[in-house]
Amino acid sequence: MALQAIAFYLMAAVTVLAGFAVVSARNPVHSVLFLILAFFSAAGLFVLMGAEFLAMLLVVVYVGAVAVLFLFVVMMLDVDFTELRQGFAQYLPIGGVIAAVLAAEMVFVSATVATNGAARLNDAPMASGTASVTNAEAIGRVLYTDYVYFFQAAGLVLLVAMIGAIVLTLRHKPGVKRQLVADQVLRSPKTGMRVVSLTPGQGIDQ
Amino acid sequence: MTIGLAHYLAVAAILFTIGVFGIFVNRKNIIVILMSVELILLAVNINLVAFSVYLHNVVGQIFAMFVLTVAAAEAAVGLAILVTFFRNRGDISVDDASMMKG
Repeated sequence: MALQAIAFYLMAAVTVLAGFAVVSARNPVHSVLFLILAFFSAAGLFVLMGAEFLAMLLVVVYVGAVAVLFLFVVMMLDVDFTELRQGFAQYLPIGGVIAAVLAAEMVFVSATVATNGAARLNDAPMASGTASVTNAEAIGRVLYTDYVYFFQAAGLVLLVAMIGAIVLTLRHKPGVKRQLVADQVLRSPKTGMRVVSLTPGQGIDQ
Repeated sequence: MTIGLAHYLAVAAILFTIGVFGIFVNRKNIIVILMSVELILLAVNINLVAFSVYLHNVVGQIFAMFVLTVAAAEAAVGLAILVTFFRNRGDISVDDASMMKG
């Protein structure tokens, strides 16, 4: 139990500190790297809770896709980021006050919910590994039966997002030669060649 | 010393607050705002998974999966809009994005 507590406090501290570093780092590239660290330690928290499948999903989807996408965009945009940090000190007091109030409220509410809510009935977390089904199997049994339409809708959301991102960022540069299959197919001997009568010894002016 | 539901909820609450704080202080930098939104959604996911585990109901983890899906889609489209905006305007300052007079 002590080992679990040490692991929890370590990963919780890393998650919170990395999250704070994301919003306070001067360089956005550092922000993205701290975001990756935060996601990794949050995945560790998920493993600690016994949600292994979601932990692996978090690593694959967030660290492997989303954070790298952020990294590409941050490195691709040639922007003066110091200029964008103006107003940091100006909004620091009000942001700090609101954040402190919000954190205090939410911690109180969650402490109350944890001790008096429905979760109090189950003191121990859902065991993983010792149960008859693994975590991934339990998720699959529910996801592909009760929530199959939601699952399909999630796939549709991803498809629309993918097409949207492509449409938004695709651009046709003028002056770039590209293949027009329809024009090539419609080309006939009539349009494709012409007969020119030449006087001998002279070339053709195009 | 035993770690209960309240501990995970407290971590999620603090992470959520950091996300809101990040939106406040980085008001001009839209990339960090998008990252703050990701942090907020991560906090929501921690909450969902913690409740799912302590209520012995796997549905919470399925909802966390859907939140993950929507977050990925949102990041992709948001960054695509950002790239397009940067191409058209040459910078990404939020204050300049007032073409729609919103």
